[in-house]
Amino acid sequence: MSERLPPAYTEYHPRWLRPRMSTYWWLHRRSYLTFVLRELSSIFVAWFVVYILLLVRAVSRGEASYQQFLAWSRSPLVLLLNLVGLLFVVFHAVTWFNLAPQAMVVRVLGRRVPGRWITASNYLAWALVSALTAWLLLGG
Amino acid sequence: MADRITLQVARYRPEEEAGVTYQEYEVPCPKDWVVLDGLNFVKDQLDGTLSYRWSCRMGICGSCGMTVNGEPKLTCATFLADYAPGPVRVEPLRNFPVIRDLVVEIGDFMRKLTRVKPWVIRAEEKPLSEGEYRQTPEEMDEYKQFSMCINCMLCYAACPIYGLDPKFIGPAAIALAQRYNLDTRDEGAPERLEILSEHEGIWGCTFVGDCSVVCPKNVDPAGAIQRYKLSAALESLKSFVMPRGSR
Repeated sequence: MSERLPPAYTEYHPRWLRPRMSTYWWLHRRSYLTFVLRELSSIFVAWFVVYILLLVRAVSRGEASYQQFLAWSRSPLVLLLNLVGLLFVVFHAVTWFNLAPQAMVVRVLGRRVPGRWITASNYLAWALVSALTAWLLLGG
Repeated sequence: MADRITLQVARYRPEEEAGVTYQEYEVPCPKDWVVLDGLNFVKDQLDGTLSYRWSCRMGICGSCGMTVNGEPKLTCATFLADYAPGPVRVEPLRNFPVIRDLVVEIGDFMRKLTRVKPWVIRAEEKPLSEGEYRQTPEEMDEYKQFSMCINCMLCYAACPIYGLDPKFIGPAAIALAQRYNLDTRDEGAPERLEILSEHEGIWGCTFVGDCSVVCPKNVDPAGAIQRYKLSAALESLKSFVMPRGSR
């Protein structure tokens, strides 16, 4: 490497050093990586919305179309995509539930509800909705 | 335990070099010495040319923030012994321009701080004869946490959003705005909302959350920003549903 000349400098106007952020800044800290993965997870949330819309469309087009959709869903590529998608969506839900108390201040009878309760109520709501959905699909 | 530890200190001497170099100093490491004590030892005994900021040595002035082994830290509250056997890498705070060695340029933060008007704003001041504005302990508890900020800027150094987009108003300034918004004596929330609801205000934050992790005073700026987002969203919803201010 050629030798670089020292920057122009005067006593009253020193040259500031402006370090640039690395392109891989999100790999430097665990919390940054968690954050980037959480942002990325929204793509998979969107994928599941599309997937359900495709399911609804298939059902509305009749039995043959529905069977075709099921067969397509069984293909290894779609299974893999849905599995990865599921992992990301769970990650999305868990990280947001854990962050919820920081964003929400809930008062009951003039007292501030502890953060742990807010997280717990989120999980409880999740479990209830999941149970209801499972009941509708399997037992109802 | 080793009685000495090596400090790897980032040096930037604009009149001599174009970039950062690292210089190693061996300093004593008694169990009650903090990184700042090590730097003061270097300055007094080993190398008087080292530049860094400090003042109170007790976590109040907020001037000795630096990057210690990659983490934004108050060097007056970071013990050398915790890094034994070393070495300990001391660098300037990230995301700020470096003037010299460990001294960063903080003008940007200072300008942002005044933009959010961190003082009690009254629509109308009551005359002195009517006495002080009174507040209950419960009302004070609402904002006390946010008032603990010492402007040390560790949160700015931890925030990748500020690093990527220096226009972002940033954690401490928003937390301080929230400190006054939550104060029952203050009536300046609408004025602050104008500044903070800009794109570079609260909506610039994507909730990485590291600002709250590194905060030496447990201010929780990330929490302040998310709460502010919620109230700003409610406010705009309210003005959408009820256009003629029925606040």
